[in-house]
Amino acid sequence: MYDCAAKGREFFHQGEADLDSAFVIEYAPMFARAAVLTVSLAAAGIVLAVILGLACALIRYFKVPVLRRVAGFYIEVSRNTPLMIQLFFLYYGLTRIGILLEGVTCAIVGLAFLGGGYMAEAFRAGLEAVSRNQIETGLSIGLSRRQLIRYVMLPQAFAVAIPAISANTIFLMKETSVFSIIALPDLVYVAKDLLKEGHSGETNLMLVVSYLMIILPVSIIFSLLERRVRRAGFSG
Amino acid sequence: MLDSAVSIFTAGRNMARLMEGLWITLEISAVSVALSMIFGIAVGLLMTSRHRFWKIATRLYLETVRVIPILVLLFLFYYTLSRNWGINLNSVVVAVLVFTLWGTAEMADLVRGAITSMPNHQRESGRAIGLTEAQINRYIIIPQAVRRLIPGVINLTTRMIKTTPFVFFINVPELTKVGQQIVEVAGMKNYMASFWVYGFIFFLYFIICWPISKLSLHLESKWQN
Repeated sequence: MYDCAAKGREFFHQGEADLDSAFVIEYAPMFARAAVLTVSLAAAGIVLAVILGLACALIRYFKVPVLRRVAGFYIEVSRNTPLMIQLFFLYYGLTRIGILLEGVTCAIVGLAFLGGGYMAEAFRAGLEAVSRNQIETGLSIGLSRRQLIRYVMLPQAFAVAIPAISANTIFLMKETSVFSIIALPDLVYVAKDLLKEGHSGETNLMLVVSYLMIILPVSIIFSLLERRVRRAGFSG
Repeated sequence: MLDSAVSIFTAGRNMARLMEGLWITLEISAVSVALSMIFGIAVGLLMTSRHRFWKIATRLYLETVRVIPILVLLFLFYYTLSRNWGINLNSVVVAVLVFTLWGTAEMADLVRGAITSMPNHQRESGRAIGLTEAQINRYIIIPQAVRRLIPGVINLTTRMIKTTPFVFFINVPELTKVGQQIVEVAGMKNYMASFWVYGFIFFLYFIICWPISKLSLHLESKWQN
């Protein structure tokens, strides 16, 4: 029988989970380097996801023949499979049929592939919220399709889509935590190595703090942005 | 090329093991969703409470769980809880615990949304035609709230299923872990092993999640009017 009570007494006796500060100081730079990698991969992947998602949403909105079917299929696949499996397949599977992707490329492509589908749905809702009236008015004053998209549709679609884009961005940033499965030295990779050697309290503390430092600012910026857009009265 | 696929999936107990892994995946998702629904309704009701304390506490809980990656929560519960606090938890239990913690927050937010989006005139009209409060809840509020809730709950289920591969990191023998083990063994002789096995798992996830999300979409558009 495992003596829970004794273990508990021992734990509290050690003094409040005495943190080994030397350990934290020693490994903090490693976490910082890993955080930089996580942030840059996330940024690249998310920017590509936004572009891909916008392209898919426009293709579907304007019912471009053939391409709309491709975009529709892609959105279903990316939204209904987990990133980890996408990465496993991209990294370990595709090399077998001659498509060799480096770890970093693979991570960015994977994140963009996953995110593109989610972003497409966000933009779809945004584009659908632009009233027919506006589009017809734009056409009747002689705007080209490109001008119509650029000056009439996109500003409004973005404003409506911002809460969804924000949720997707946070979601994608959290998903980056699986990158260690394709051998990238990200935050989880560093933590996993240290966890094997004990010091789980300090390691997990640094892991949580690192992610909070990355994700919290983004979350705050987006909520400020949402408030601004709401005040501007775009998303009525 | 195709016979390399046939040989992997027919060799030994490979197919049976993959299905066992899939079963664990689905089991963890189902139990977590069920628990999340129960706790989520309770926490969601608390979120709409007038008390300041409950509002702040539930908000804090929701935001915390949403900002921290689920994988990190798994590490926290699996390593720190088990080592420092001497609570030795089975990895499947840790998975269910963490997924429920996350699912409850998401479910609570859905419940809060369903309740607060209910126009006030619904209740007032009920009173005007002389229904009791219990009747109003039973015949007007709850049926509508449930309709608003169900598409979201179904969506949460697919999100839960798509989150299960994370438990790979705490060594739960679910689909992904089994797949990796098979690739490790078969990959030595069979060059195409990783392509077929990971491709198959990819397909499995799609074939499970796709119909569920279609159903959620269907119900949403059906109940919108």
